[in-house]
Amino acid sequence: MRYIPHTDHDIAAMLATLGVGSVDDLFAQVPEELRARAAIDLPPGKAESEVRGHLTALAEANPVSPGMLTFLGGGVYSHFVPVVVDQIIQRAEFATAYTPYQPEVSQGTLQAIFEFQSLVADLLGLDVANASMYDGASGTAEAVLMARRIVPQRPTVLLARSLHPQYRQVVRTYLDGVPGVRIIELPWGADGRIDAAVLEQSLDDSVSCIVVGYPNFFGVVEDVARLSDTAHRGGALLVTATTEAIAFGLLKSPGELGADIAVAEGQSLGIPLSYGGPGVGLFACRNRFLRNMPGRLVGETVDHEGRRGFVLTLATREQHIRRERATSNICTNHSLCALAATVFLCLMGKQGLRELAERNVKKSHYTRDLLLQTSGCRERFTAPFFNEFVVAVPDARGVGQRLKEQHIVAGLVLEEWYPELKDCLLLCVTEMHTRAEIERLAKELRMKSEA
Amino acid sequence: MKNGKRGVLDEPLICERGSPGRVGYSLPADDLPERDLNQDLSPELCRETLDGFPQVSEGEVVRHFTRLSQWNLSAATTLYPLGSCTMKYNPVVNELVVRLPGFAQLHPLIPDDCAQGALELLADLEHCLAEISGMDAVSLQPAAGAQGELTGMKLIRAYHQERGHPRTKVLIPGSAHGTNPASAALCGYEVVEVPTGPDGMLAAAAVEQFVDAEVAALMVTNPNTLGLFEREIVQITAALHAHGALVYLDGANLNALMGVAKPGHMGADVIQFNLHKTFSTPHGGGGPGAGPVGVKKTLEPYLPVPRLVREQEGWRWSEVFPRSIGKVRSFYGNFGILVRAYAYILAMGSDGLTHATRMAVLNANYLRKRLEPAYDLAYATPCLHECVFSDDSFHHTGVKTLDIAKRLLDYGFYAPTIYFPLVVSGALMVEPTETESKETLDEFADALLAIAQEIKDNPAVLRDAPLTTPVSRLDETRAARHPVLRWGRG
Repeated sequence: MRYIPHTDHDIAAMLATLGVGSVDDLFAQVPEELRARAAIDLPPGKAESEVRGHLTALAEANPVSPGMLTFLGGGVYSHFVPVVVDQIIQRAEFATAYTPYQPEVSQGTLQAIFEFQSLVADLLGLDVANASMYDGASGTAEAVLMARRIVPQRPTVLLARSLHPQYRQVVRTYLDGVPGVRIIELPWGADGRIDAAVLEQSLDDSVSCIVVGYPNFFGVVEDVARLSDTAHRGGALLVTATTEAIAFGLLKSPGELGADIAVAEGQSLGIPLSYGGPGVGLFACRNRFLRNMPGRLVGETVDHEGRRGFVLTLATREQHIRRERATSNICTNHSLCALAATVFLCLMGKQGLRELAERNVKKSHYTRDLLLQTSGCRERFTAPFFNEFVVAVPDARGVGQRLKEQHIVAGLVLEEWYPELKDCLLLCVTEMHTRAEIERLAKELRMKSEA
Repeated sequence: MKNGKRGVLDEPLICERGSPGRVGYSLPADDLPERDLNQDLSPELCRETLDGFPQVSEGEVVRHFTRLSQWNLSAATTLYPLGSCTMKYNPVVNELVVRLPGFAQLHPLIPDDCAQGALELLADLEHCLAEISGMDAVSLQPAAGAQGELTGMKLIRAYHQERGHPRTKVLIPGSAHGTNPASAALCGYEVVEVPTGPDGMLAAAAVEQFVDAEVAALMVTNPNTLGLFEREIVQITAALHAHGALVYLDGANLNALMGVAKPGHMGADVIQFNLHKTFSTPHGGGGPGAGPVGVKKTLEPYLPVPRLVREQEGWRWSEVFPRSIGKVRSFYGNFGILVRAYAYILAMGSDGLTHATRMAVLNANYLRKRLEPAYDLAYATPCLHECVFSDDSFHHTGVKTLDIAKRLLDYGFYAPTIYFPLVVSGALMVEPTETESKETLDEFADALLAIAQEIKDNPAVLRDAPLTTPVSRLDETRAARHPVLRWGRG
């Protein structure tokens, strides 16, 4: 086997050192009745060429761009990934290291995470960011648990119904079993945003936090300043959850608008779609909540000779020290994806991220206008949006089916997740879509809705 | 610019490089007619600038991160014997297959009939993991081992809840990973520590004393974190089951069991698989990993949704499992990691996986034997895939386990896991894995033996170590006392 170096000669020499007759003898501790009677019932091993052949056949059974034109967002976004990002994260020194327990020989990983924390804190407009969470959904659940630790006497969590449905599901799973917790869903208003007056009515001194999507699942830009103001007046924390981090190239940051904890999925920042994972959870908060934060943190320090260096720090919050009293059970996070996001953000820089965000706004708004003007689609929400929007299309499901035959996935049929949104499509348009593709969508959509 | 100790160039923070107006990107030409963006998105909604963001060229970014990478030791660079982490070779071909466009560019919300290759891969991976472990059903959704534990404990809670009472306590041995108690606590359980016996193992009789009608489960790692197979595992799991309690078997150490014994035969009701350990996916400096769970039939109805179902026209995702605990992360799990693990299983095959386990155990025992003359074993019980030494042999000299770890860096090796498990004084926990050759093990053993001699002859050199790394020992107290967690603003 090419991954295992032992020759018969090596094995014999090692057994001789050990003074045992066979490798089987090393398993004497395993009770006889538990020993496998038969081999693992799987095929024999394959050569590299066979592995590649087998996986290539499976991959080719999934039609992707350019053969398939999709306008899907909904939590995972198609953006250009500069080749530098993938080249850097494939460097074995980054990819095959582990948690930097020995900082003297892990400064590469540690400094990169420190840079990640800095960039994320800037992007989200908050004081401090951690070394990453698994994804936006579990990060949101951790934010809710953190808010509960900060104001433990308040059992109610207000979740916007316009928050990504899977984020809401994950929050529910994480909170199940936490004593006394109550989850209330906040409806969206006519324009697609949460109505601050409705929020005010739902708010009492039992509410620990309010969780809103920014932008929300429909791409709509919430009035976060107003929501955080309302939340704070009620003594609750405001948590924002973002699925499309590119939005912060342009939109005001959650921190600037008063959010106490901001979570985002960072997949858009240089990480491929990869059928939904792995991405990376971005997690930031105000300084005063630092010791309630989940996850790893990297801090700056000096070595014995006074040189700058970086270490894992404030670990007394974490499971390997605090065990059942830790702020979270998270151990391994998504470090290599955090590195990808760091490299991506460095390449885009101050100017590029803004231009990229502007291009997304332009492409998506152009598309929205074209669909409303030419394809019989109706606008569903009037509030401002970033790069996703909802249109009403008669028989959305049937139209989707017919477009698929033309190798177009026009968007997500919302009815599957929101029964109240019949015949609605959620579309996402990014810098990856060309004008020709957008016009093709409009044309086919017109023909299929007329059909 | 100053030089690092090994002649590697120093590298500033990326924000200290560059110059205003310099860029490292280019957007394609704008093919749309002009629009007024202020009409689309009011300037009131937009931020001023991205404070603190770098302004650097593409070449500067490459140089920056290339230099940083050179400050890391990694499993590709050297033996990385972190106990309990299974730092085996990460096959390079896995990096190629995961980047095939049909995987890398596949959107998770694409209709199922356009993702049949992905679904078939996932279904077959579920089957492979079930077969290797002897469990009945698998969910690939959890993102990491700790999330697998959380998922498993949620399943156990749902099981008890459906029988009228979720129960209140979870039993966990003192030698367990910290994630075990943290995951149990996250599910609302009180953690009760079960003492490890003088031989490093749990005794069924000792466990029995703790089991009552309030115990929801025992969380047990087998082989345990001392690298020892829990000999009484069958009696232990039977004792739990006799009281209606369940058994969570932490599969972090599955690398010691493949083709030898199956957790499903030991009385485990649920286990997690750490694909970044046993199944070779790269550790990434701390993830992403993947932590699928395997369950017995009794727990299958509670598995996370969506689940794969087979129909006439192919595979599809189904949400229709009303007793499910829900979701623990978005979409279907860390697909990119699942693809790599699947490629590994294909490459190894039935015989290869078994051979991996056998050679991992041979390597650990060989190192144990070679080091035994100089370092005290925490337990005399024969080990499987890893071995644990205590600081008993050198404690009196004033040298600490930490010093030995730091000195090993000077010899060109990463250090073993230290001060874990907590039940061993000054623990030094070594897991070589099967992908290291006898020569490498000998070099590593020689280094540790040389260090043992240094403890006798020149202990000062250990306290000053490491002497050859890009930075010397770092002031961790200062980092915690005055946290600086981001670069300066502006």
